[in-house]
Amino acid sequence: MTDQALPLPARRTTFEKLLAAIALLKESRIGMIGLCIVLFLLVVAIIAPVLPIMDPLKQYSSHLLAKPMTEGPDGVFFWLGTDDLGRDLLSRLIWGAQRVFIWAGLATLSAYTTGMLMGVAAGYLGGRWDDILSFIGNLIMSFPLIVLYLVIIGRFGATPLNIIVAVTLATGPQVMRIVRGIVLDLKTRDYIAAAQVRGEHPIYIMLVELLPNARGPLIVDACLRMGYVTITIALLGYLGLGLPPPDPDWGSMINAAQKFGSFGANAMLWPAAAVSTMVLGLNMLADGLREISLRD
Amino acid sequence: MDQAKTTTPVLECKDLCISYYTRRGEVPAVVNFNLTVMPGEAVGLVGESGCGKSTVALAIMRHMGNNGAITGGSIKFLGRDITTLSDEELRSIRGSQIAMVYQEPMASLNPSMRAGDQLNEVLMIHQDMSEEKARQRSMALLSKVRLPDPERIMKAYPHQLSGGQQQRVLIAMALLSNPKLLLLDEPTTALDVTVEAGIIELIKDISREFGTSMIYISHNLGLILETCHRLTVMYSGVAVETGSVKQVFDKMRHPYTRGLFNSIPLPGTDRFARPLVPIRGQLPLPSERPHGCSFGPRCNYFQLGRCDKPIPMFAVKNDPGHETRCVRHEEIDWALSEDAGAAQEPMRIGVPVLEVTAMKKYYEIRDNSIAGMITGLRKRFVKANEKLDFTACEGETVAIVGESGCGKTTFAKVLMGLESATEGEVKIKGRDISKLSVQRRDPQLVGSLQLVFQNPFETLNPSHSVGAQVARVIKKFGVASNPDEIQRKMFEMFDLVKLPREFAFRKPRQLSGGQKQRIGIARAFGGKATVIVADEPVSALDVSVQAAITGVLTDIQRKKRTTMVFISHDLSVVRYLADRVIVMYLGHIMEQGTAEHVFAPPYHPYTEALLSAVPIADTSVKKKHIVLKGELPSPINPPTGCPFQTRCHRKLGVICETEMPPERDMGNGHKILCHLSDEVLRGMDPVIAFGAADRASSDIESPMRKRPPAELAQDVVAKG
Repeated sequence: MTDQALPLPARRTTFEKLLAAIALLKESRIGMIGLCIVLFLLVVAIIAPVLPIMDPLKQYSSHLLAKPMTEGPDGVFFWLGTDDLGRDLLSRLIWGAQRVFIWAGLATLSAYTTGMLMGVAAGYLGGRWDDILSFIGNLIMSFPLIVLYLVIIGRFGATPLNIIVAVTLATGPQVMRIVRGIVLDLKTRDYIAAAQVRGEHPIYIMLVELLPNARGPLIVDACLRMGYVTITIALLGYLGLGLPPPDPDWGSMINAAQKFGSFGANAMLWPAAAVSTMVLGLNMLADGLREISLRD
Repeated sequence: MDQAKTTTPVLECKDLCISYYTRRGEVPAVVNFNLTVMPGEAVGLVGESGCGKSTVALAIMRHMGNNGAITGGSIKFLGRDITTLSDEELRSIRGSQIAMVYQEPMASLNPSMRAGDQLNEVLMIHQDMSEEKARQRSMALLSKVRLPDPERIMKAYPHQLSGGQQQRVLIAMALLSNPKLLLLDEPTTALDVTVEAGIIELIKDISREFGTSMIYISHNLGLILETCHRLTVMYSGVAVETGSVKQVFDKMRHPYTRGLFNSIPLPGTDRFARPLVPIRGQLPLPSERPHGCSFGPRCNYFQLGRCDKPIPMFAVKNDPGHETRCVRHEEIDWALSEDAGAAQEPMRIGVPVLEVTAMKKYYEIRDNSIAGMITGLRKRFVKANEKLDFTACEGETVAIVGESGCGKTTFAKVLMGLESATEGEVKIKGRDISKLSVQRRDPQLVGSLQLVFQNPFETLNPSHSVGAQVARVIKKFGVASNPDEIQRKMFEMFDLVKLPREFAFRKPRQLSGGQKQRIGIARAFGGKATVIVADEPVSALDVSVQAAITGVLTDIQRKKRTTMVFISHDLSVVRYLADRVIVMYLGHIMEQGTAEHVFAPPYHPYTEALLSAVPIADTSVKKKHIVLKGELPSPINPPTGCPFQTRCHRKLGVICETEMPPERDMGNGHKILCHLSDEVLRGMDPVIAFGAADRASSDIESPMRKRPPAELAQDVVAKG
């Protein structure tokens, strides 16, 4: 006696799975809008070197803080105007997008890795492990974040690595909390008991049996989290703790322009809008993902 | 029933069609469904999961959620069509004229409100009663549902009540405004058997006392027999057979109904002599229902050209009120039991493999409260297992029976090395493992002791393919080491549990419940197991699938000569599967012996009560009626003396409260822990007997039995 076969789906490659996920996302309008925004920014950031835009570092001292649609010397055209040193805003924004994707991406990844490992250990091992890890997490979270950033970056310098470390320290414990909660629920499942009964090592159970099953809510959270990290990096830039000049960085651009009050309004507006667009896109994408994950 | 003469039915569903709307389009859940409930009548709806029985109940409440809708037909309640009522009008009917009791009592009560407030609310909203009057009526109903101390229950929050008490509160709540119709959706599924028996007793009394009509939804045919007058059997969204309980149980006229009866372990079935017959195939998805008879692809009587057209309900000739949706119901020889399972040689039982001697497991609870510090009583013990003594031999099935909190799972944990025993020995092939944790056991030992889990939906990791999960076991226990060999062994395991090999690449969510449980079994046997602990392996499955899974377990056990420790609360399955039975209550073994001895007198009073509590889907069975009073005591605070004394119906007196009863040896290793004298124990009547007079009155022989009833009855009395 054999149970009748359910329809056997063809095995799919990772790319096909990704396309299928996007097809699912089509059901959610808000998710599609978010995805379009994020993909647009991502594509622009990737193809920045081949786009017909100006050198983001080239200074036109004759056109400081120029308005949008200004014609420059030698037939150049400032679509969005220039900054306080006469650099083209559009090309700085685009190159800045690349920086944001690289550094916010890496920082989120690093925060996630740390948070997930801490969370799965605290949740699964429990007891003393949980006490210690949760205490460390609470200790960091009880710190005002700005102070934390000022201490780390102020003390060790504004290098990309230090920014990643600071963001990891600030965000990791939050991720840890989420993962710990999910793991506390997952670890009561019979398949975990089955793994224990066959004598699997706790590390195997944590990495192979537990973490893959936590991925659903974590993907949604990662999108949101990357938005927050984008804001954080912009904030650091604004505070003068951003990536070292002359690299185009949205936060630093706002910081530089705001010194000039209303004259710098144009140069300040565009990077601020860019940060908002990026965060909005990521939030909408996260909302859409949540929506489709709740359905079915 | 004399009520049948009265004029208007309480409820009349006519050609009811219900659909759900999903991303993939409209899914018809129930098609052309007819149901009539007369005043004071109890009607059962039976079927396996996904057959649409709960959908019907929700449609009657007009509570379909956002994606469900009634697409055709009518539901007339006291002559008014509910399907056309406005929300306002519905509100005046719901809760006051039609009430519903759900499966999960804990989920149906608001955890942040006292039970009393939740009860009063119903009256104050529906009947504009003053709080004082509402309180009095609530109290009156709580005592009507036989809750002791209604005062205390009124003040309690839901979590302070046991599952049985919660369900009684919900039934009281449903009855508060004297509904005309009560819908009960599997009201006892989440409860222990002895508690279930009490609720069933109450439900029977309600229809007698209040004259309430009832629709009782269940997958358990035995419960339907005990509670209902008529029943409708549903399959894949349609009613396939309807009639009085006697008509359907004794003279079934649909192959699906017969399949259901053939797959439940009734007294008289035996895993070797008369194995259960599962229904082949599985329930079609609503979107993939075959044209014509929906049971066609699984039916042995399928005939091309007749069964593949839409089939109406036929009235069975000379049997008023009995209808079936089978074209061939007049030509099938229903007395012939051609699809009974083939008999097999019984198992030979070998040498002892598992020996448990005086094993105890206490959990320590630290009381860190100030009161605990002052009194100095800072440590207390939960005695989960108290002096377990038994052996299990090669090829033998030993069943551990008991309700929740009896310590059966704790024992399994000690055996698996997840907990260590406090005292005593647990020997596997002569080696004591009672204090050896699983981490310190060698792979061979770990592989030889494996577990089959209860819940098929949790037993497999949803992230990995099922083949990989079986392969992991084979690799982990050193059965094979190179990848090709591991894969070969993995496919062998798939053959063993009768699953197609290509299933190995699937994720668990692409398998049905029964198929997942097969993988669970394959995984447990993957490491050359010598002892398998099966923790309620079939209780979460539909009855027709249960038969298939017990069949697979028996087959593999025979091939591999494995010892099986079968943990269950379901005595029907235990009677069918077990060679020896251990009855546990609050950590103590109350009775143990071979299955024949335990299922026949002399009984321990607890075993007697358990046996009478199990519903049996056979109209010819006469059961002794024992309903235990009270609730299961908490293992943290067990009663003094005999653990069972608080609920015992044969309690002798003070001696039961003060002294632990002696273990009486009734011969052949049959041991009973009780104060009752030998004469009383030996003088007990069997709990289950076949009413011979009753059998003679039914004119057609039921397909369930090929032997004359008298002979069978004798056999059952002798065997258990």
